[in-house]
Amino acid sequence: MVELWHSYGLPTAITVAEILAIIVPLLLAVAYLTYAERKVLAAAQLRKGPNVVGPFGLFQPLADGLKLLMKETVIPAGANRVVFIAAPIITFVLSLVAWAVIPFDAGMVLANINVGILYLFAISSLGVYGIIMAGWSSNSRYAFLGGLRSAAQMVSYEVSIGFVIVSVLLCVGSLNLSDIVEAQKTVWYCLPLFPMFIVFFISGLAETNRSPFDLPEGESELVAGFFVEYSSMTFALFYLGEYANMILMSAMTSILFLGGWLPPFGVAPFTWIPGPIWFFAKIAFVLFCFLWVRATMPRYRYDQLMRLGWKVFLPLSLAWLAATAAFLVFTGRLPA
Amino acid sequence: MIIQALAFYAFAAVAVASGVMVISARNPVHSVLFLILAFFNAAGLFVLLGAEFLAMILVIVYVGAVAVLFLFVVMMLDINFVELRQGFLQYLPVGALIGLILLAELILMFGAWVAAPGALQAAVAPTPSALSNTAALGALLYTHYVYAFQTAGAVLLVAMIGAIVLTHRSRPDTRRQRIARQVARRREDTLEIVKVRPGEGA
Repeated sequence: MVELWHSYGLPTAITVAEILAIIVPLLLAVAYLTYAERKVLAAAQLRKGPNVVGPFGLFQPLADGLKLLMKETVIPAGANRVVFIAAPIITFVLSLVAWAVIPFDAGMVLANINVGILYLFAISSLGVYGIIMAGWSSNSRYAFLGGLRSAAQMVSYEVSIGFVIVSVLLCVGSLNLSDIVEAQKTVWYCLPLFPMFIVFFISGLAETNRSPFDLPEGESELVAGFFVEYSSMTFALFYLGEYANMILMSAMTSILFLGGWLPPFGVAPFTWIPGPIWFFAKIAFVLFCFLWVRATMPRYRYDQLMRLGWKVFLPLSLAWLAATAAFLVFTGRLPA
Repeated sequence: MIIQALAFYAFAAVAVASGVMVISARNPVHSVLFLILAFFNAAGLFVLLGAEFLAMILVIVYVGAVAVLFLFVVMMLDINFVELRQGFLQYLPVGALIGLILLAELILMFGAWVAAPGALQAAVAPTPSALSNTAALGALLYTHYVYAFQTAGAVLLVAMIGAIVLTHRSRPDTRRQRIARQVARRREDTLEIVKVRPGEGA
């Protein structure tokens, strides 16, 4: 019995504790990201934003959560019940499981797997299922149109994200996320691969259905798009999933291009600050850019969105990939 | 080992069950969703085999792209489910016959099949720890079998171009945004300033 505890029980308990240590702060961060978004948008529009509930409106996310929890869950009569309930759950779960492979510091990672970046890519490409299932099962025209738009959009932008990731991998020579960060000790990849950094950021906006690519929910034509029929906690799960995906995309941007937990310079005052703090600061910076874009840019038209993905980003990232490979081979810098 | 065995049976059982559901579900959208579940469990089995690269590629390519397009098309089909069921009994004997033939072929093949002497040894040999299976696959595909790989790529490219040529129709009446023309437009081309005197009109 003691042996069983040591070989199975204890490792399981440790893993569960680690998972909680990631998920609980993540959910808090999601709650306060909604607050940050409202504050940033308010600042951009010379308003105050939430400022009534608690000091500086800091309890606003909790009040919103409580309100959503108290509401009635409405399931439309013509809806396909099982798929309708499963869709928000899938969205939410997928946005959490991806965090298993994110390294917060050297060795500070739940699962340090060989193909970490592929795992992240796989999970983020699955995010479309929650949306497409919600759109279909709601049995409503608006939701269905939102789901269709989202499916086409996310599949299109995944292609260029894939090519950007491959150009980074060429420079690293490993699919492991910790190796990717360690390879940026000399220079962060946002400098030598600058155009790819921009392509990745913009494709990240499209992949998370954020403004200016928020056509799947486009409130001016589709009411609320794919989640128009959702209420209460099912709606809240979509919302939490969307914001958790934003944080995940920011973490991916930090790891691939901004050197993850590494300080900008490996000298004294910068190295005093611990790695996770750098990592969170970079995530916060990228998230601020997400919100900034929302406050600044008008929504794309659908044909413009497709044109940008297929006719601009795809050739650009493919050409850059070929150029990177050629450069690495001819200068003999190809990692072993 | 117990955990791995349990995981294997769980993945295998769910994969087979969802495979059965793919062909027996009433709603085609449910069929596609069960197909996705089957893909997932196949990926799980790959992970148990130590082929993590293949597992991730399976999820990315089949679940993340192919099945999305599949679902996309199936969702938009306007299918009368009752009509779809009608021919079931009529086609059942033919289907069962094909299934039986396939089963017989499998039995014949595996019944007479003798593994090469070295194959079993290679299968149970421990994986070299220095070589990740991504690197091993890369070396095989791009170094040892590069011509076969390129040929396969060329065949796929031709197939893709063929599909586009066959299905693409140009519609001259649609209005498209021509960005170069919009950018090249000058004020002189489109605007005319007219002095209008009061009481006369333009």
